[in-house]
Amino acid sequence: MTPVTDKGTPTNPRRRIYRPNAKYIPIIATLSLLVIMYSSGVANYENFGDPSVFVNLFRDNAVLLVVAVGMTFVILTGGIDLSVGAVISLTTVLTATLLKGGWPPLVVLPAVLILGALIGAGQGAVIHFFKVEPFIATLAGLFLARGTALTINQQSIPIRDDMWKAISEYRIVLAEGVVTKPIALVAMLAVLIAAVTLAWTRFGRNVYAIGGNADSALLMGLPVGRTKIAVYTLSGFCAALGGVLFSINSTSGWALQGNGLELDAIAACVIGGVLLTGGSGYVWGTLLGVLVTGLIQTIINFQGDLNSAWTRIIVGVLLFAFIVLQRLVTRKAR
Amino acid sequence: MTSIFKNRLFWPAAILVVLLVVNMFTSRQFVTIQDGHLFGTLIDILRNSAPLILVGLGMTLVISTGGIDLSVGSVMAISAAVACLLIQELDDQNSVGSVLLIIAIAIAVSMLMGLWNGALVAIIGIQPIIATLILMVAGRGIAQLITDGQIINVQSGPYATIASGFFVALPVALLIAVAATVLILLLTRRTALGLLLESVGGSPTASRLAGIGARRITIMVYVVAGGLAGLAGLIYSANIKSADSISAGNLIELDAILAVVIGGTALVGGRFSIAGTVLGAVLIQTLAVTVVAVGIPSEANLLFKAVVVVALCLFQSPTLREKVFGRLTPSSAARAEVPA
Repeated sequence: MTPVTDKGTPTNPRRRIYRPNAKYIPIIATLSLLVIMYSSGVANYENFGDPSVFVNLFRDNAVLLVVAVGMTFVILTGGIDLSVGAVISLTTVLTATLLKGGWPPLVVLPAVLILGALIGAGQGAVIHFFKVEPFIATLAGLFLARGTALTINQQSIPIRDDMWKAISEYRIVLAEGVVTKPIALVAMLAVLIAAVTLAWTRFGRNVYAIGGNADSALLMGLPVGRTKIAVYTLSGFCAALGGVLFSINSTSGWALQGNGLELDAIAACVIGGVLLTGGSGYVWGTLLGVLVTGLIQTIINFQGDLNSAWTRIIVGVLLFAFIVLQRLVTRKAR
Repeated sequence: MTSIFKNRLFWPAAILVVLLVVNMFTSRQFVTIQDGHLFGTLIDILRNSAPLILVGLGMTLVISTGGIDLSVGSVMAISAAVACLLIQELDDQNSVGSVLLIIAIAIAVSMLMGLWNGALVAIIGIQPIIATLILMVAGRGIAQLITDGQIINVQSGPYATIASGFFVALPVALLIAVAATVLILLLTRRTALGLLLESVGGSPTASRLAGIGARRITIMVYVVAGGLAGLAGLIYSANIKSADSISAGNLIELDAILAVVIGGTALVGGRFSIAGTVLGAVLIQTLAVTVVAVGIPSEANLLFKAVVVVALCLFQSPTLREKVFGRLTPSSAARAEVPA
């Protein structure tokens, strides 16, 4: 918010030294952290600098990335979606069951994606029309989706469909010795589409406006209800897509898959600088947040003798660091 | 005021009664006396509700100040891990004094966790849901570190007593929960504390200007919530005679919030009902038991829970009340409350 001077000069003449805009500080912090973590990994471990290590981050965290993209939209409006992990499990179970039942894969794929979107839309409608807290409405969604998944089948169901197997085994060669899987590309595509949507579309602007102040947005004549329902629909769709990616990656469906993933997604958003009160943050931040959590896991794997419990603790410490940083930044901005 | 209050608890109470009646007909022993102890489905329900009641009580206090505590499940896991680790190293696991001391240590550790949450919320000024998310994520890792990733089994008689023991015909776990409920009821309804809590939940700034130590009160509720969660963790682990850092208190924060909401406490803070939360916790536990009792596979339990949440939220939603009951009773719209 640079004040416009009476001469109409495009830039504020007092700002000679380059100082990043306050809204970019969290994202710059996350990026710096990522770079520091990566360089220390390269310095300490043999083969860490191999490009495939970095490329694999996208493959290993594709599901989380897709889900976190949907979550970013919800959080930007000031809401929260606790149901995503459960929608993932429902999607994987349903996909595996339907494919086992001989449904054609090209029918199953859109069917489960639409189901995910519908669950999201239902939650959004309850939140908007009945003024139920997002926390409670999506909690009910969590119970509903996981309960349905468990009722369908509690066991892990293998997927033997040719198309699923083919996609699962397909490798994309990026460079000599560097390969990735289609699911990583799908996840990156989701990030790109989300970034474009948020930056350049009317819908994106509405999302930020509602997160900034829903009452003002309403007074400005923005379609608050429609946008709110749309973001939950989007989040449900992303969760279902995450479930499909999960089922492709593991060629199986299991009702406990994706347990607790909603909190990982929220944590990734927070580490990436998306403000939980809404209205501020970027999908790129979420991407960085996912990469940071993924890199922690990689470093722990490379270290070898570290207990996996450390992943959780380090993620917690990072969450703390970023929240305090955000707090300082927002305090200054006010 | 009382009519609204009754109205709020009417639906949950009605559902609970229906569930209990169903249980009365399906279970072989609803309440019986055996060896001078009370036994049966009803007693089981009440005994198994104890951890959720304890966690729910703490959650109610936190929510009444406009906060939320997501870390209760992790605190349960930490408390159980600390207790079982210490008991395992005892020479005599059946020594009552040592076990009591260990219980006190575990609860103190849990309160320390609560203090951390409270400090983040009240001093640094972080949104409660995020502040407690930190400990929720890291806490289970800490519990795993304490137990070294293992499930620690203990063979301590006194420790098992707090979950499965009986005192004057009643289960000890239930008595602990009742004692905690009565204590908190007295503190919040017989002293000014309840009013202060509601004031802080209504508006922390206004409370501070009115001379209320809003910050101190906020920290205090998180400490109490931590301590109660620790106690719940001890009962949970004493019940299975082991500390399992992965499954102890898993998702209990959601059940606890659910119990609070069923009990009619608004999530925005400023008004709370202790009795409502206890009712909500017992309702959730009864639902779980009933689903199994009537022969529905237990995995469908979540489905029923979802239906109950949606139904209750819609019944309590002022918008729906206005639309459905508005024409029948014109005054109901006026009585409708701030959306939860």
